[in-house]
Amino acid sequence: MKEFFFNITWIIPVFPFLAFLIIILFTQGNKKLSHSLSIGSMVLSWLVGWGVVFSAIATPHLGEHPIHKSIPWFETGTTTFDIGYWIDPLMAIALFMVPFVCLMIFIYSVGYMGYGTDEVDPHYSRFFGYIALFATGMLGLVISENLLTLFMSWEIMGLCSYLLIGFWFEKNYADPNKITPRQAGLKAFLVTKIGDIFLVLGIIYLYSQAGTLSYADTLFNHEFLAHLAETPALPIFGGWSAASAIALLIFGGAVGKSAQFPLHVWLPDAMEGPTPVSALIHAATMVSAGVFLVARIFPLLNIVVELEQHNPTMGLIAFIGAFTAIFASIIALSQNDIKGVLAFSTISQLGYMIAALGIGAYVAATFHLITHAFFKALLFMGSGSVIIGTHHTQDMMQLGGLRKKMPKTFWTFLAGGLALSGFPLITAGFWSKDEILAHAWEEFMHYGTASWPFFVWLLLTIAAFLTAFYTARQISLTFLGKPRSDHAEHAHETPNTMTLPLIMLAFFAITLGWVGIPEEIVGQGNNWFHAFVGHEYDPTPLSIPVMLLSSGLAVGGLGLGWLVYGRKPLEAGQMDPLQKGMEKVRLGWLYKAMQKRFYFDEIYKAIFINGSIKLADIFYNFDYNWVINPIVNGVGAVTRGISNIFNKFDDKAIDGLVNFTGLSSVKLSELGGITDLKVVDGIVNGIADVTGWIGENVFRPIQTGKVQNYLLILLISMLAIIGIYLVY
Amino acid sequence: MSIPLSWFLVLAAALFSIGLYGVLSRRNAIGILMGIELMLNAVNINLVAFWRYIDPVKMTGQIFALFVFTVAAAEVAVGLALVIAIYRNRDTVVVEEIDLLKE
Repeated sequence: MKEFFFNITWIIPVFPFLAFLIIILFTQGNKKLSHSLSIGSMVLSWLVGWGVVFSAIATPHLGEHPIHKSIPWFETGTTTFDIGYWIDPLMAIALFMVPFVCLMIFIYSVGYMGYGTDEVDPHYSRFFGYIALFATGMLGLVISENLLTLFMSWEIMGLCSYLLIGFWFEKNYADPNKITPRQAGLKAFLVTKIGDIFLVLGIIYLYSQAGTLSYADTLFNHEFLAHLAETPALPIFGGWSAASAIALLIFGGAVGKSAQFPLHVWLPDAMEGPTPVSALIHAATMVSAGVFLVARIFPLLNIVVELEQHNPTMGLIAFIGAFTAIFASIIALSQNDIKGVLAFSTISQLGYMIAALGIGAYVAATFHLITHAFFKALLFMGSGSVIIGTHHTQDMMQLGGLRKKMPKTFWTFLAGGLALSGFPLITAGFWSKDEILAHAWEEFMHYGTASWPFFVWLLLTIAAFLTAFYTARQISLTFLGKPRSDHAEHAHETPNTMTLPLIMLAFFAITLGWVGIPEEIVGQGNNWFHAFVGHEYDPTPLSIPVMLLSSGLAVGGLGLGWLVYGRKPLEAGQMDPLQKGMEKVRLGWLYKAMQKRFYFDEIYKAIFINGSIKLADIFYNFDYNWVINPIVNGVGAVTRGISNIFNKFDDKAIDGLVNFTGLSSVKLSELGGITDLKVVDGIVNGIADVTGWIGENVFRPIQTGKVQNYLLILLISMLAIIGIYLVY
Repeated sequence: MSIPLSWFLVLAAALFSIGLYGVLSRRNAIGILMGIELMLNAVNINLVAFWRYIDPVKMTGQIFALFVFTVAAAEVAVGLALVIAIYRNRDTVVVEEIDLLKE
């Protein structure tokens, strides 16, 4: 049975790809068939996927001996690129999450896109085609055997994010400053492309060193890695090793895809897409691809630490991750869009994972990746359920009091929110986040307070508190108190196709954390997740102070949030208490900056967009006003002067000559004319007269028109010729 | 004792001359056609005679005569059709009245 699943692993992304082709080419007109195809293909992928996952779990020592199969794809010179699949613990863990979450989202989409109602989307079938293609990309990325197919899948997802964020491309807003879906799609595509350029450079660099891109020969070949760690990089990287340089470039791709600072700007705007897309792309899977990639190349990072005890790339990764985590969670405090809060929360949680990888907490990062995917997809879909239930109200200031009206959505959202804020002991988010914090704590104990692990730990700990606070704020504003608008007043629970996936995901959002409870609690050797994924790395030791602290922060943040927002619920039109409080202590400007996302969009617009326009202006002026045009005009003026001189010369000298020649020609031809008229014409007319006379008097009478006469002449002539012949 | 070749040639020449005379002198178009046939047959006599007396092994002369028959038959068919067509248009087959070539 294991062998069977390991042999058909390649088929997992094929199902949704076929569904995509069939839907786009043939079944666009049939909504029911289209969503059945899409969901059906995902069910098949999910079944095979979990078959592979459980087979992988049942295979001992999978980490040391990953299973991989490949076939040659194409040749370039002497090397061959392969296409194939790779089964190792990281892949198995991702494969546990991706098809299941995708399936839940697909089912949810049926309800969200309004199947069977009057509000059904006009491009309903196309939507299901696109999300099937998206699933193809993510599944392909997870099972890839080499960096080339990984990159291909990565770009398929990039394309799908563009198509899906801009799915409602006809939409326009009255406010010209509000970003429209098509602009948001373009923005996401372009910003992630900046990261992708680094990824391509990294892959090319790796290829130039290894001559191959398959994992087995590069990332999982210890000798090659050691060689790479000792090879100095190109001079542009200073004194770094090639391994660090390649890892840094590939990490650039993850910065774009996982929306890390400074390329985070696309993700909040990506909320313009339909909510299932937000759940699919911007919470559960696509942004996880960046983290997955960094986890994938973790051997490349780790080898440098093994050899030199220090890796500049990892320091940078940790710093970017930690900074993103705190930065995004501060912004999330002030967002009023229910999806906007989640968007920034996603960025912040991805920062946790990236920071964890940066401090070497490979297992913790992977763990958080999986738990986060489940509870964030749950939260997004819960917010989508709220949006549908209240007729597209997204502003939390207009919501409130939905607890009784949408009970299923409320309880599942609560489960997701508790997991996100790391509510102690029972939720998945607690265990995974705690492991990251514990690892950072341990590193910081090891290196002391003047080191980057200390800052990472500090930033992540503060971010944990903020996370709990904004989660409490979101839940209180949305579900507690009294409705603050008509739409919220008349909210209704959403159909089963939407609530059922919520319940399924809520189950995992709570229980999934239990597979990674530290050994000290469950007994030596019983931390299943660590044993499966990270056997080669030391387990993160349990740290009671950290656990107490993070529990305290989570509960404290939730409690404080409840005190501020939940105890005395907001009335309609009332100002956010946080804003009121900050204005009281003269921090109103800070709140405004938070609401404006620290003006990053504006700064980027001023620097990059306006910069490009300025640059174009400069080139324009260079061309038209400053250099090129004056040169051209000068040359033109000089040429005109010269040609004026020649013009004069022409008029006086050449024209005289020409006129003289013309006049003499006229005289000569007059002479010729006289000769023609008298002599030549006389000859020609004479010939014509003679010919006419002969015709009239000699040939015309012969032409009787009677065949017999002709024959007679023929006979006589022949006889005459024969006679002549005989005589001479 | 066999008949000399010259006898055949004289016969053929006589026949040809009769045909030629007919073609030139007859006023009726049908008569002219008949004269043409005589001339063709004169040629056939020549062909067969030369074959028999000069090279009897190869069958060239006979084959040639066969071709001439075939062509003559076709030519008569076309000629008669022309005569009928002219008669329908002009109510005459007298060649002196048919001087279309003059125009």
